[in-house]
Amino acid sequence: MIDIRNVSLSHGGTRVLDDISLTVPKGGVTALVGPNGAGKSSLLSLIARLQPLQDGQITVDGLPVGKTPSRQLAKTLAVLRQDPAIGSRLRVGELVALGRFPHHRGRPGPEDRRIVAETLDEFDLATLADKFVETLSGGQRQRVLVAMTFCQGTDYVLLDEPLNNLDMYHARQLMRYVRRVADEKTRTIVIIVHEINYAAAYADHIVAMKSGRLEAHGPTAEVLGPAMLKQVFGYEMSVLKGQSPLVAHY
Amino acid sequence: MIAALKLSGPRAGILAGALLLALVAVSLNVGVSEVSFRSVWSDVETRQIIMASRLPRTLAALLSGAGLAIAGLVMQTLARNRFVEPATAGTSQSAALGILVTTLFWPSASVAMKTLVASATALGGTSIFLAIAHRLPPTQPYLVPLVGLIYGGVLGACLTFVAWQTDLLQYLEAWTVGEFSGVLRGRYELLWVAAAMVALVWWTADRLTVLSLGRDVSIGLGLDYDRMLQIGLLVVSVISALTVVVVGIIPFVGLVVPNLVSRFKGDNVGLALPSVAVGGAGLVLTCDILGRLVRYPYEIPVGTVLGVVGAAGFLILLLRKNSHG
Repeated sequence: MIDIRNVSLSHGGTRVLDDISLTVPKGGVTALVGPNGAGKSSLLSLIARLQPLQDGQITVDGLPVGKTPSRQLAKTLAVLRQDPAIGSRLRVGELVALGRFPHHRGRPGPEDRRIVAETLDEFDLATLADKFVETLSGGQRQRVLVAMTFCQGTDYVLLDEPLNNLDMYHARQLMRYVRRVADEKTRTIVIIVHEINYAAAYADHIVAMKSGRLEAHGPTAEVLGPAMLKQVFGYEMSVLKGQSPLVAHY
Repeated sequence: MIAALKLSGPRAGILAGALLLALVAVSLNVGVSEVSFRSVWSDVETRQIIMASRLPRTLAALLSGAGLAIAGLVMQTLARNRFVEPATAGTSQSAALGILVTTLFWPSASVAMKTLVASATALGGTSIFLAIAHRLPPTQPYLVPLVGLIYGGVLGACLTFVAWQTDLLQYLEAWTVGEFSGVLRGRYELLWVAAAMVALVWWTADRLTVLSLGRDVSIGLGLDYDRMLQIGLLVVSVISALTVVVVGIIPFVGLVVPNLVSRFKGDNVGLALPSVAVGGAGLVLTCDILGRLVRYPYEIPVGTVLGVVGAAGFLILLLRKNSHG
C-alpha cells in the first residue's frame, strides 16, 4: 500500500501539488492520468524520494519515505522516470543487470544473473544483450529501461510514461507484462499513461489529476466515465460501457 | 596497443602485459649511462644506476600514467561528460596553487605535507568546476570542456601572477611541466598512493557506473549519490595532487586513454578499468622514453611530449567519432 497524506509541493512560488491525500492499494495496476502539468510526475518523484518532501507524509509498504534509508527503499520500490538520458556507453545486458544493484551492491551472485537473464528474455532483449544501448532505436531503449526497472524485483514499481516511443505492438506487450506481473507476483504498479484506453484496458484503479489537485480516484469501472473525463481533460468524450474493457472515444 | 584493446579475455591481458614489460625493459635501458642487463648482478655501478634512478623513474611513469588515466575516467563519470580530465578542467592547476601557497608560507613543509595541501586545494577547485558543470545544459556537451578550459586557464593565470609577484616562476615550471628526469629513489614513493586510489576505484566500480547514469537513477537504485560523488572527487584530487607534486602536470592522459578504451569496452567502470590503467601506464612510459630519445643525450619533458602526442591523438579521436556519426 502506498499511503499519501496531505502532500503539497511548490516550486519557486508555483503550487505544483495541492494537498494530495490518496491510498494506492497493494497489488494491481494503478493508472495515473491527467493533462500535462497536472503534477503526475512530481507526485511520482516524491513517492520515489527523488525530491525531498516539503509538506505531508508518504509511506510505501509502511516505510516512511524520507526517513527510510535509501538502500532499503530500493529493495521495495523501483522507479523509471520519463526519459532518463543514458549518456554512458553500456551494453543492454550490463544496463539491465544494474537493476540488481540494490541487492548485491556491486558483487552479483548466481541468483542475480538468473533474474537478469530471465528479464532479458521476458522483454525480448536477449538477442540485443551485447549491443551498446546508444546504438538502439528509441523504442528499444525504452524497453531496456523498463526491463532494468523490473529487474530490480521490487514489490512496488513506478513508471512515468513507459509507453513513450513504443509502437503499438510493444506498448501492448508492455501493458500485458505489467498486468501479468501484477497478477502473478502480486506486485503494485503505478503507471502514468496518456492513452486513456490503455488505462481502461489494463488498470484496476484510476487516479485522475489536474493542476496539482486530485480530481477522482477509485476502481476503473466506477471512475472512468464521461463526466470525469470532461472535468479532467476539458472536453466531451463518449465512453462505450457494457463491453469489456471500456473504450473512450475522443 | 590499439589492437590489444579490441581483444578481450586472457589473451588481451597477456598481450598488454607483455607490451608493458617490453616497455619497462626499454625504459631501464635508455639513458645517458650505458647499462647492460648482463652486468646487473656483477657490476655494482650498473645496479646502482638501475635501482637508484632507472627503476624509480620507470615506476613513477607507470604509477602516474595509470593514476592519471583512472582519474580522467572518474572525472568523466562525475561530470557525465567525455571531454574533461583533471589537467584541462582546473584540478591540476588548483593542486599547483596549493603547492605554491605552501611553498610561500611554509617553505620547510615536507613533500607529504605539500601533497596534503595540494589535495585539499584540488578538491576545492574541482568541486567548484563540477558545481558549474552540473548546471550547464546537458544538450550542449561541448560547453563542459570549454568551461573547464577557461576555468583551468583562469586558475593558471592566478598561479603565474602569484609566482611572478613572489619570484617563484622557476619553481612553478617544476610543477606545471611534467618531468621524470628528477625522479630518484626516495623521491617518488608517494606515487604508490595513486595505486591505492586505483584500487579504491576498482572496489567501487559498480557504484561509479551507477553514478554515471545520473542522480535520479542512482537514488532509485539506492546509491548514496552525494557520498559517491565525494569519493570520486577525492580520488581525482588526490591522484592529481600526487602527480603534480612529484612530477608536474601531465596533460591528455586522462582524456585520450579512457576515450579510446570506451570505444571498445564501453563505460562499465569495472570492465574498462584494467585497460585504462594499463593503457595510461603504457602511454606515459612510452612518451617518457620518446622524450629521452628525441634529442639524446638531452631530454624533453614528458609533459611536452604528451602535449603533442596527446593532442594529436585526441584530434584523431574526435574526427573519427564524427565521421562515424
